[in-house]
Amino acid sequence: MRRFVLSVVLLLTALLNAAAALDELRFDLRSEPKSFNPATVADDSSETIRYMTGGVLVRLNRDTQKLEPELASAWSMSRDGKTITFTLRTGIAFSDGTPFSAADVKYTIAQLMDPALHSPTGDAFRSGTGKVVVTTIAPNKVSITFPAAVAGLDKLFDQVAIVSSQSPKKEMAALGPFYVAEYKPGAYVYLRRNPNYWKHDASGRQLPYLDAVKLEIQANRDIEFMRFTRNEIHLINSLDADYFDRLSHAAPDKVRDAGASLDSEQIWFNQVPNAPIASYKREWFQSRNFRQAISAAISRADLCKVVFKGHATPAMGPVSPANKFWFNAHLQPTQLDTKKALQLLQSDGFRYTGGKLYDRGGHAVEFSIVTNAGNRGREAMATMIQQDLRAIGITVNVVTLDFPSLIQRMSESFNYEAALLGFVNVELDPNAQMNVWLSSSEEHQWNPKQAAPATPWEAELDRLMRAQASATDDRTRKKYFDRVQEIVADELPFIYLVNKNALTAVSLKVQGAKPVPLRPQTYWNIEYLKVADERAGK
Amino acid sequence: MKTARLVAVLVIAAIALGSVVGGFLPRFDYARQDRDQIDAGPSSAHWLGTDSLGRDRFARLLHGTRVSLLLAPAAAALSMLLALAVGAASGLAGGFAERSAKATIDLVLSIPWLFLLLMVRALLPLNTSPALSAVVTFTVLGVLGWAAPARILQAHASRLRQSQFMLLGCASGITRGRLLWRQMLPNLRPVLLAQFWISVPIFILAEANLSLLGLGVAEPLPSLGSLLREMETVLSLGGDFCRLAALLVLVAVVSSLQIAVSHKEAY
Repeated sequence: MRRFVLSVVLLLTALLNAAAALDELRFDLRSEPKSFNPATVADDSSETIRYMTGGVLVRLNRDTQKLEPELASAWSMSRDGKTITFTLRTGIAFSDGTPFSAADVKYTIAQLMDPALHSPTGDAFRSGTGKVVVTTIAPNKVSITFPAAVAGLDKLFDQVAIVSSQSPKKEMAALGPFYVAEYKPGAYVYLRRNPNYWKHDASGRQLPYLDAVKLEIQANRDIEFMRFTRNEIHLINSLDADYFDRLSHAAPDKVRDAGASLDSEQIWFNQVPNAPIASYKREWFQSRNFRQAISAAISRADLCKVVFKGHATPAMGPVSPANKFWFNAHLQPTQLDTKKALQLLQSDGFRYTGGKLYDRGGHAVEFSIVTNAGNRGREAMATMIQQDLRAIGITVNVVTLDFPSLIQRMSESFNYEAALLGFVNVELDPNAQMNVWLSSSEEHQWNPKQAAPATPWEAELDRLMRAQASATDDRTRKKYFDRVQEIVADELPFIYLVNKNALTAVSLKVQGAKPVPLRPQTYWNIEYLKVADERAGK
Repeated sequence: MKTARLVAVLVIAAIALGSVVGGFLPRFDYARQDRDQIDAGPSSAHWLGTDSLGRDRFARLLHGTRVSLLLAPAAAALSMLLALAVGAASGLAGGFAERSAKATIDLVLSIPWLFLLLMVRALLPLNTSPALSAVVTFTVLGVLGWAAPARILQAHASRLRQSQFMLLGCASGITRGRLLWRQMLPNLRPVLLAQFWISVPIFILAEANLSLLGLGVAEPLPSLGSLLREMETVLSLGGDFCRLAALLVLVAVVSSLQIAVSHKEAY
């Protein structure tokens, strides 16, 4: 009897050890995922889950920024840019064992383009009126034809996770390296290794290396930071400069600065003709010389050094240098030049007397910069700009507003003078910025929803953006978009300040991590990550 | 208790005097950014080191304390005036006036003040100077903070109205104005003073709450609340004790004010 009890205890211990010995990667989601349906993903947390569970036809390699084959072993595009044909891999199955075929691609595209579903991913493919036609040429070959040319069409499929047309689990059946095994709202999402994942490493071992990924929902960045320092989580995908600095002193091996990210911070002046601001101020804001003077009077180097502790790069324009293909390498960052700023202002009739700047009508130059309350980085940048502009006699009032009030002022009442905000850029392709540059767009922040372009340079921006969108050759598109960047750098509707660096923290236990500036910075190669020490440690 | 009150008054007076006198010394510029000296430790040039923008922490502490210690009592005085006008007047009048004032006070107390403050703050003109923004912030606090003291003043005024000496005064033919001036107001004075001293730390803390949300006094002007923002993340727990200076001042001020509330004993 005693021997039997001992055997049972030993067996249980062995089972528990085996369970505990799972290679499990742990990190925090900063919000509750809103959707597990890949077609309706619209938030960061859902995107994280889609990235790790969704199987895509092609994947943008976040390191090389080149498209690589995934479920499609090959693809080709028609000359008119309307049709793309994929050759699919065979013998692949979803996580629940349902076989993958061209019918699934057809079903996924139908879901994406279903107007009733309002798919944000599908919106990127809407190129004109008419239906999208999906033709199954063979069980492993499918062609998709759009009503009009879609710029950067092949790259858009990086976001399209294929959903099974036959599986009873529908979108929960995954083709990616993991599948959602458990979800406890408010607590965690547990992903398990997809036993049917098709990819193998060079030695023939099936991927992913990890058995599971535990994503704990934690909105508080302080707690996330403390959990990382206590080794309760393995990585932080995006760190603020303060946290990065603290961690780099305590554990320099764990932090990585991957260089400039795609995100930018910028200020702009309200140029809306009927905005409730003084007409003489509108005249300042509509003057290119005034905007260029403001730009020249701001020390971007100091912003990078002080606010971001050196972990930021002076911005040169709408495209970050992290975007290898689309960045216009001829652009240079604006250097601090107070003399040049004053000369530009004098050429517009401004006078600098007694430490104050006056316009030709005798009005002292004073304006407010609004930004969102609670964002310490932006508040610090605004305070530094306040001091920089004091050197050329301009008084700046920094106003922090809660976000809804800020948006209401910027997009409804237009009751503001200048704003300091940032753009979070996820996509590399300039088409994603179409809504910013077209003068008719609601997102054309400095003067939105124009019936006709207010200035010749905005008309030129409209023309160039439409031209790049309709061209099918990337080189031609780049030529057009380079010109867009030059016009923006010259006219300065947005005065770009900095590109924040991609700052990450990765535990020494994680092997294979190679943080990059593009999202998702740390786990873009999730199938190759290992938590090597976990088992040995136990 | 008298000793405690004396100590409290002396502490507040010392802090207030130090901040007022020190704030006028040209050596202490609270806005100048020394960008080569960010987050520096204490030195002969910067006694409490510098903040994340390279500004002298000691200068900011002096000015911030001055702003909070001057404006919070002013806001409390404004709040008391409103409380006296609504609470005490309706308590003295009695009847319908008292009932409607009570309902209004309850209604105002049920409003989530933080959201109301956010709304009022968002409606302010954008081009207000930092000094004016400080005045406006505390004025808004004063205007919105009258309801709680008004309820207490109303209860006391109502009790006084029904007291024996008031009835005797009326029966003796003393005019209502003279009764109000000579009898009612002197009797309400201790309650009013106690409510005033309670309101001062409440307004200092309310401004600190607004500052933590980034909606307090505008940059570059400091206040105790905006200085406390340095401690809003877990990073402030590491090493740099100079960051705690603002917290120490705030604790000293609030504790002293709470002791000073011993005026309450008078009624």
